[in-house]
Amino acid sequence: MASSSYTPQELMVAVAAREIQDGDLVFVGMRLPMLAYAVARSAHAPSARGLFEVGLMRDQPAEGFLGTMGDPPNVVGALWATRMSNVMALMAQGSVDLGFIGGAEVDRFGNLNTSYVGEPAHPTVKLPGSGGGADIAILSRRWVTLMSHERRRLVDRVSFITSPGYGDGTPHWRKRNGLLGGGPVAIITTLSVLRFPELGGEAYLASVHPGHTVEEVRAETGWDLKLADDVSETPAPTESELSAIRRFDPEGFWTRSA
Amino acid sequence: MAEAIRRFVPDGSTVALGLALESVIPFAAGHEMIRQGRRELELVGPISDALFDQLIGAGCVRRVTAAWVGNVSEGLGHCYRRACEERVPRSLEVHDHSNFSISLALWAAAWNVPSLPARTLLGSDILRTNPGLVASEGLVQVAAVRPDVAIVHVQRCDEMGRAHTWGPMGITEEAGLAAGRVIITCEELVAAEVILSDPNRILLPETKVVAVVPEPGGAHPSPVQGYFKRDHALYRDYAEQSRSVDGYLAWLEQWVMGVPDRETYLQRLDINPLRVSQHRMSEPVDYGFE
Repeated sequence: MASSSYTPQELMVAVAAREIQDGDLVFVGMRLPMLAYAVARSAHAPSARGLFEVGLMRDQPAEGFLGTMGDPPNVVGALWATRMSNVMALMAQGSVDLGFIGGAEVDRFGNLNTSYVGEPAHPTVKLPGSGGGADIAILSRRWVTLMSHERRRLVDRVSFITSPGYGDGTPHWRKRNGLLGGGPVAIITTLSVLRFPELGGEAYLASVHPGHTVEEVRAETGWDLKLADDVSETPAPTESELSAIRRFDPEGFWTRSA
Repeated sequence: MAEAIRRFVPDGSTVALGLALESVIPFAAGHEMIRQGRRELELVGPISDALFDQLIGAGCVRRVTAAWVGNVSEGLGHCYRRACEERVPRSLEVHDHSNFSISLALWAAAWNVPSLPARTLLGSDILRTNPGLVASEGLVQVAAVRPDVAIVHVQRCDEMGRAHTWGPMGITEEAGLAAGRVIITCEELVAAEVILSDPNRILLPETKVVAVVPEPGGAHPSPVQGYFKRDHALYRDYAEQSRSVDGYLAWLEQWVMGVPDRETYLQRLDINPLRVSQHRMSEPVDYGFE
């Protein structure tokens, strides 16, 4: 199969996998990041380890399909099956290099809202909540979020910060508020990759996915998006990345449905 | 099951369940609570998968104290949304937590202290909506959450309530220790000798356990290591059906109200393909002492 034939979700998984460095301890989370971890582990990060908040540490990706991190295949071959608070202990000590968080809404400073659209007392949309998202955002050394690139999701400022990024964007906001971890490093969307300055602050457009344009990305972003000096094209998934994705998601449960 | 719920989960109870997150969720116990028309419950849990949504849709719940309410593989919980957005079928109070903070809230109750300090939730607006979370001097004080009852589904248990579990435990231990009492539902009721041959694997002290309910398949559609796979398709069907009130009510009639017990429920499913058939036994350990 030509590598030009892939879904937006498959590209997002490949891009997310590239965020994992060899040797990282990764707080994996749910959905696409479960696949990203499996892809990275079988390619460029053979000595990465994954943590799951249900209470698991693993090295090899699970042999069977995972609909959730708590599925039985994820337990077989685990390096540690334990309680959640033990896994959180590692993160509270600053030992988690990279975390993944899903988001419903993100803002220009990388704050995520997965709780309420509208006033919390009378929400127009009640979202599921933090899960472990707030914990990862505050305690992991760096983190990445993945979401569909839509104007209603990439907003100027979220109305409710479930998982803090760089707060109000003022210098050293995280340090002033006592947040242990370093904050978000990338927002991976269906159209593009946004990144942050080294010391945090406001997201900027780093690369645009093949087949999409800077204008399209800016039109689907709810604030005046800054551009990198050299906005590039996101490298398409390689054949080996695609074959790994399809090995771990054979039915396309995560990567071939809307 | 009916007796255990009638005796130990009265109206107004604070009930902890779904404590291992996506596996071993006591769906059979939750469905019995719905059938008996429980009201004014407070549900306590971490990430809760579909069962909280079902109880909320049935009007059993006054308050949720949890990190996440929805359908893990499908996304939003439609009954939860309707309750919060439209007060259908009734209004719902939400005490937001993260996974870490709900764990600490239960450990605080387990250790009989008013609160525990944490490094999480600093900078999060969850501090604005939950009165039990207060930032102070660079830490967050997490107030104790004390369930009246914790309901736990396990692989095997003896009749004294000594349960063996394997697989990740989530927040099961702190919830069981924090709760006033514990109801165990199990795949298999086994002899005490089996359990006592491996005391390290016993989940909770027998002194907490007030009821043991042998209920094979009692966690379906959630998985049970060594016994059942997860029924992914059922979560998808439930997400579709519960999109509308009418759809949810039809689901409720078909799978809860119109079913007397779990045995009948399982007969109406194609359950055998979900049974684990390739077993992987662990090596026994040696407790010898002389």
